[in-house]
Amino acid sequence: MDTAAGVEARLPIRSDMDLVWVRQHVRHAAAKLGFSLVDQTKLVTAASELARNTLVHGGGGQMETAQVTTGGNGGLRLTFSDSGPGIPDLDRALSDGYTSGGGLGMGLGGARRLVHDFTVETVPGSGTSVRVTSWVSRPPRLREDV
Amino acid sequence: MPQHETGGAPGAPAHEVRDFLRRRSEQIAQRWADEPLFRTVFTVSREEAVEAGRAVVDALARVADSRRVEDPDAAGFSAVREQLARMGAARSRAGLSAAQVSSELAALLPPVDRLLVADLERERPERLRECSTALTVLMGTLRLVAMQTALSEIQALTDRQRLQLLEVATPVIKLWDGIVAVPLIGTLDSARSQVVMETLLNAVVDQHARFAILDITGVPTVDSLVAQHLMQTVDAVRLLGAECVVSGIRPAIAQTIVHLGLDLGTVKTRAGLADALGHCLDELGANIVAAAPGGADRR
Ligand SMILES: Nc1ncnc2c1ncn2[C@@H]1O[C@H](COP(=O)(O)OP(=O)(O)OP(=O)(O)O)[C@@H](O)[C@H]1O
Ligand SMILES: [Mg+2]
Repeated sequence: MDTAAGVEARLPIRSDMDLVWVRQHVRHAAAKLGFSLVDQTKLVTAASELARNTLVHGGGGQMETAQVTTGGNGGLRLTFSDSGPGIPDLDRALSDGYTSGGGLGMGLGGARRLVHDFTVETVPGSGTSVRVTSWVSRPPRLREDV
Repeated sequence: MPQHETGGAPGAPAHEVRDFLRRRSEQIAQRWADEPLFRTVFTVSREEAVEAGRAVVDALARVADSRRVEDPDAAGFSAVREQLARMGAARSRAGLSAAQVSSELAALLPPVDRLLVADLERERPERLRECSTALTVLMGTLRLVAMQTALSEIQALTDRQRLQLLEVATPVIKLWDGIVAVPLIGTLDSARSQVVMETLLNAVVDQHARFAILDITGVPTVDSLVAQHLMQTVDAVRLLGAECVVSGIRPAIAQTIVHLGLDLGTVKTRAGLADALGHCLDELGANIVAAAPGGADRR
């Protein structure tokens, strides 16, 4: 696919400036794949939350973007990974208003509501990886995988 | 990394190169003075270019002496780091790309290598190859040092520009007696928010404002951090006895805020800057008469 050119990427997340690149990349990639303005904004906002968690809580890491296709429907998958302390209690971290720092505690749970698929893999002491996918049209029905 | 010149043998290739550099310092500097990198940067006199070349040869000899030809952090380079940065910067200003500057640096090797080959003519081919390799590695490291230094200059420059941008990008506009507004444009990270908040609070005090409008039409993303900053600003304005109105929340952003689960309930919002101004004027009890002679009649 020729669209993959501007979509697939691996970006470092080490500074506030990197967060700007992450948001810009996700916005361009989503626009390229045909996401509506509202859906672009949702995905960019989710990426912003997750990338900042990678930076602030995970001590830095990276984001990988990939184009995915299921049943003729295109989507964008973002994977944020760090080798930080991990999340000891994921349910609590996902609940609205929980923060271990001075945040609003809305980032993780909010990001989950802004995307179609949301998976967290976290190992205390060795790191966290959050993978989200959104589809250009609606999420494909009856997906067994992912 | 494996060093070519291992052991303390007196004839280590790096030391051979060191001796060669010291012996031929003048000739090398003279030849470099004709290369574009030196010729175009040091334009006052040829002697100036030769002088600069001597300093570089001297630094290289010191690095060779320490036998750290592969190490860009070798102490010997520190004397010429600044000079290399100035040379690189001058070439960039002349319109060269980083790749072009890099190849100008690479062009410094052949004349030196030719001299080395001539000098070691009588040595075994094996020996000559070792010394030539050490010289090539050393010159490669010089190139790396120059490029690193140039990059850190660029980094410093962007940092400075970023700071300047922080200051200029937050103009507070007085819209009316008692009403100030800040049109926010771009990313609202923590540093920027701090500046916005301070600027706005000062303006509220200085101008005895009763209303402050934060217009976020130019803010591309409102996530939980941006929302938190907005709410803090609203609270701080309230503490000063004024009211804050947030305008310019675009439809896509409004929907996203709802999904994100942010509660901006305590924040007064209006669609556009004009609506926000209208609200403030209403509250002030100002009476606007369109296009009437004498202009607007205010309380
Ligand atoms: N990558 C991560 N590594 C370690 N801990 C994390 C990571 N991401 C989230 N957490 C934990 O989950 C908590 C909740 O995250 P969430 O993003 O919801 O809130 P927050 O980052 O504290 O505040 P904000 O609302 O500003 O995002 C964090 O306070 C942190 O303890
Ligand atoms: Mg967060």
